[in-house]
Amino acid sequence: MKLKLTCKEAGRLISEGLDRKLSLPQRTALRLHLAICDACTRIHLQFRFLRRAASRYPGPEREGGES
Amino acid sequence: MLQLRNQAQAEDAVQETLMAAIRGAKDFAGKSSVRTWLVGILKHKIVDLIRRASRERPLDLPDEEASLEDFDALYREDGHYASVPAEWGDPEAALSQRRFFETLEGCLEGLPKNTARVFMMREVMGIETDEICKELAITATNCWVLLYRARMSLRACLEERWFAIGA
Repeated sequence: MKLKLTCKEAGRLISEGLDRKLSLPQRTALRLHLAICDACTRIHLQFRFLRRAASRYPGPEREGGES
Repeated sequence: MLQLRNQAQAEDAVQETLMAAIRGAKDFAGKSSVRTWLVGILKHKIVDLIRRASRERPLDLPDEEASLEDFDALYREDGHYASVPAEWGDPEAALSQRRFFETLEGCLEGLPKNTARVFMMREVMGIETDEICKELAITATNCWVLLYRARMSLRACLEERWFAIGA
């Protein structure tokens, strides 16, 4: 596992990290990449947001609380 | 009923949920709302049905769904994003809006069927990846590819249909 990731490689690891424990070199490489990459940091936040949104599916109750 | 894709199966799930609810009514201690309680039972019933269905008929995973070649277009030659993902502002606010979940559902319906099914099992029902692989008889790598495909497609879809229009 090389230490310098492209965004394409980082995206896969961000997703896989939500489904399994990444290896130490993978975690290290990902952390280094996220520290310098705004695009992948957004992807990371957005994938985690998707998880929160999906776990609340089907959403708020129909009665009240409507926007 | 995205995860069942079959009206009769969906009706079975709802019926089994109501039966289970009636049987288990004395266990309902009012700790959660009735709705949360029923949705909880329904999720279990859906998982049971998916298990039964996948035992009878293994998952048919087409090559184009299991490969990520079509995703290459997202990136430039050097592996950077061809179009940089947008900032979503405060996405948490969307979680209190029913229209947001309708948008999410629309996006899920646009996914290839195995991709949608694996995403629902993993993220809506919270099943661990190794269990999903076992139930659907697919490899762990296939499972990760499908989840990645689902997440990337959903984020692009939500960006286009929700966040970009400041809904």
